[in-house]
Amino acid sequence: MKLNFRVLVFAAAILFGVVFSIPSLLQTDKGTKITLGLDLQGGLHMLLGVKTEEAVSSRLKAIASGINHFSEREEVLIDGLTADDESVRFTLLDNDDAPAMDKMLAGIEGSKVVHDGESYHVSLTPEAVLKTQKQAVDQAIETIRNRLDQFGLAEPTVARQGVDNILVELPGIKSAEEEQRARELISRAAKLELMAVDEERKMRAYTMTSAEAARFGDVVLPDAEKAGGKYLVREIPILDGSMLTDAQVAFNQNNQPVINFSLNSEGAQIFGDFTGKNVGNHLAIVLDGQVYSAPVINERIGGGHGQISGNYTVEQAQDLAIALRSGALLAPIFMLEKRSVGPSLGADSIQASLIALIGGFVLVFAFMIVYYKMAGIIANIALVANLFLIIAVMAMFGATLTLPGMAGIVLTVGMAVDANVIISERIRELLYQGVSIHKAIEEGYANAMRAILDANITTLIAAIVLYVYGTGAIKGFAITISIGILASMLTAILGTHGIYEMLESRIAKSKNVSFWFGVSNKKAAA
Amino acid sequence: MEFFKQTKTINFMGKSKIAIAVSIVLVLISWGILAAKGLNYGIDFAGGTIVQVKYEGAAPIDTVRDTLATNPLYEGAQITEFGSPEEIIIRLKTSSKDVQSDMGDVTREALKGTGSFEVRRVDIVGPKVGGELREKGVMAMLLAILGILIYVAVRFEWRFAVASIAALIHDVSIALGAISLFAIDVNLDVLAALLTLLGYSLNDTIIVFDRIREGVTASKSIELADVINESVTKTLSRTTLTSLTTFFVVLTLFMFGGEIIHAFAFTLLVGIIVGTYSSIFVASPILMWFGFNVGNYRTKLAEAARRRAEKEKMRAMYEQGTV
Repeated sequence: MKLNFRVLVFAAAILFGVVFSIPSLLQTDKGTKITLGLDLQGGLHMLLGVKTEEAVSSRLKAIASGINHFSEREEVLIDGLTADDESVRFTLLDNDDAPAMDKMLAGIEGSKVVHDGESYHVSLTPEAVLKTQKQAVDQAIETIRNRLDQFGLAEPTVARQGVDNILVELPGIKSAEEEQRARELISRAAKLELMAVDEERKMRAYTMTSAEAARFGDVVLPDAEKAGGKYLVREIPILDGSMLTDAQVAFNQNNQPVINFSLNSEGAQIFGDFTGKNVGNHLAIVLDGQVYSAPVINERIGGGHGQISGNYTVEQAQDLAIALRSGALLAPIFMLEKRSVGPSLGADSIQASLIALIGGFVLVFAFMIVYYKMAGIIANIALVANLFLIIAVMAMFGATLTLPGMAGIVLTVGMAVDANVIISERIRELLYQGVSIHKAIEEGYANAMRAILDANITTLIAAIVLYVYGTGAIKGFAITISIGILASMLTAILGTHGIYEMLESRIAKSKNVSFWFGVSNKKAAA
Repeated sequence: MEFFKQTKTINFMGKSKIAIAVSIVLVLISWGILAAKGLNYGIDFAGGTIVQVKYEGAAPIDTVRDTLATNPLYEGAQITEFGSPEEIIIRLKTSSKDVQSDMGDVTREALKGTGSFEVRRVDIVGPKVGGELREKGVMAMLLAILGILIYVAVRFEWRFAVASIAALIHDVSIALGAISLFAIDVNLDVLAALLTLLGYSLNDTIIVFDRIREGVTASKSIELADVINESVTKTLSRTTLTSLTTFFVVLTLFMFGGEIIHAFAFTLLVGIIVGTYSSIFVASPILMWFGFNVGNYRTKLAEAARRRAEKEKMRAMYEQGTV
């Protein structure tokens, strides 16, 4: 019985494995743990796409708003201002204003201005279009993250996937209602617009087609509260939610929840100018294309504060305030993929895979002992160490354990004893040839090494490809298989070799190779 | 305990013609089934929606079918039992892009009055994502095969590489045939199982090849058939043992791992049986067909060893400063 470096390394590996897997196994509060995948703990996984083309058209609309505001402030007379998905058009009524107009347009980033005579045609350069699209995705990620952080869920993940997709993962969603709320919070555009009601034609709101409205530079918007209610408002908004600095829930005199919003200085300036000029007219407060209210402007509203009242519950008002505060989505998002797993199903999956793991483990364990006797027990020690190592390494990297990952661990149990089977077979062979115990062990390991390496490296190649090309749960499978292979190389080759070295003199003394290697003594007369 | 007494070499190659014939027939049948029935792509690759519902007590599957039949949203829905009599799964070919509304909520509403139940899982995969996943899956298969091919060619010889890939194609074909025959839903987990099978089946083949490589230099015989027979006999107990332990654990997965793991375990189960068989009976004969010559390989190895020895000598001379 003497210690050797192999046994020491093996002991250190076991120690490391046990210490680092304790937090995961006993679910302690301290230490890094393996996180359970959504398929095991329940939760919501979504892959979202972004309609970037809509971001471009709203950018053009914002340019139109700017032109509109400029023309009113500088008293530059223009006519027929419209914005579509590709450009902004208007006609300049007085050519003397052209230099001022051109200077203003030149100041708009990424704009391309074409004008023949007095009809202007403003569009975006291809670079500006790309930039706007990229910004829309970036901003959507940022916005969704902000909203979810304020929603108060445990560890939401919001990440870019590919070029313009967004991956959202919400573990621990416990009920359908909770999921519903989260989905609404994520997808809500929360686009606030303050628009002028078309006072001249507002009586025709119910009869006008959208094409007709467009001719007048108007849009028909539905009433959010009253089913079938309609408003005719100017198409170009006075200002939008990008100038919003804050939104808070308050209560009005009827104890109804309302949302008070504040504007930044630019917004406050525009809002003050507009309300000052339009006393007696109606101002439509539009959220996501629905008119929430259209109060009469009694006086100039300075200070940049406003209020949205509507018929909603306190909870809805809070979610809406969160959405407004975290900013509007520049572009609408849509669902590419969604996977939601209820917590009970996750618990069932854990139970099923644990039964499989324990069952497989016991079978392999018993089998090895029956077949190889003492050598089998040594192999089993390596197998247990291997399991601890897998858990410890996964915990260290904070890896996620998924259901396929569990299957990977179960599979590793079957495959990890393989190295020891190969080694034991080699040792038996050599014993049959009548070499000494020492030589049988040393040469057995040497002969087995090459085969084990080759076999494991090919499996590793398959696992790495799986990791690179797999998604979510499948990645988890690839990770556990890879860690399992690497750990088994350490435990099964180095660890067991060390144990044999330590026991060598005993084995040689005992002369009982049947007990040690499960072969008949007669044939292997050492 | 021992399964195989290594007293005399078993003549595997003598039976290789029969084995290869059996293999060819099996592969052809598999391809036939694949051509006729095709693969039953699940939502991961085809896109669509599944809703898994668990009832307290046995699921009233007929009632559910009748209820949903009247609902236009569920047109063409497949409703089947899932793993246990309490659970059903509703499969739809359509997928909604809307983030706000949800098929889970819709289903809860639609099934009101059919008993006490909970919606346990809702998976929606859009067609675009499905297409991407399909592409990635094929890519992953090809890349894994290519990577393995290169590795084996470098470590052994090109004939070994070709023979091992032939064995791989054989295994994957038969596994796919079984998947098609039993109308297993092909999802990402089945792809993972197939890739695992690649690694596993090859693992077996390589252990045998490693012995052949060793046998080529050590065997008394210059006949490849003899060398192969010796090598396969020597590795037989290991091949059987490892296959058995792996088979055991996959069987426990299949039996107790729950319905979600079922397709994965089934694929592996078939794969392990076929893979073990192919590494004994398929890979080695192919090596023979390619005219692997023991004599030549020995010369090559000897040449390599000689070059190494010469290099060593040169280096030793340099180090001692004598040229």
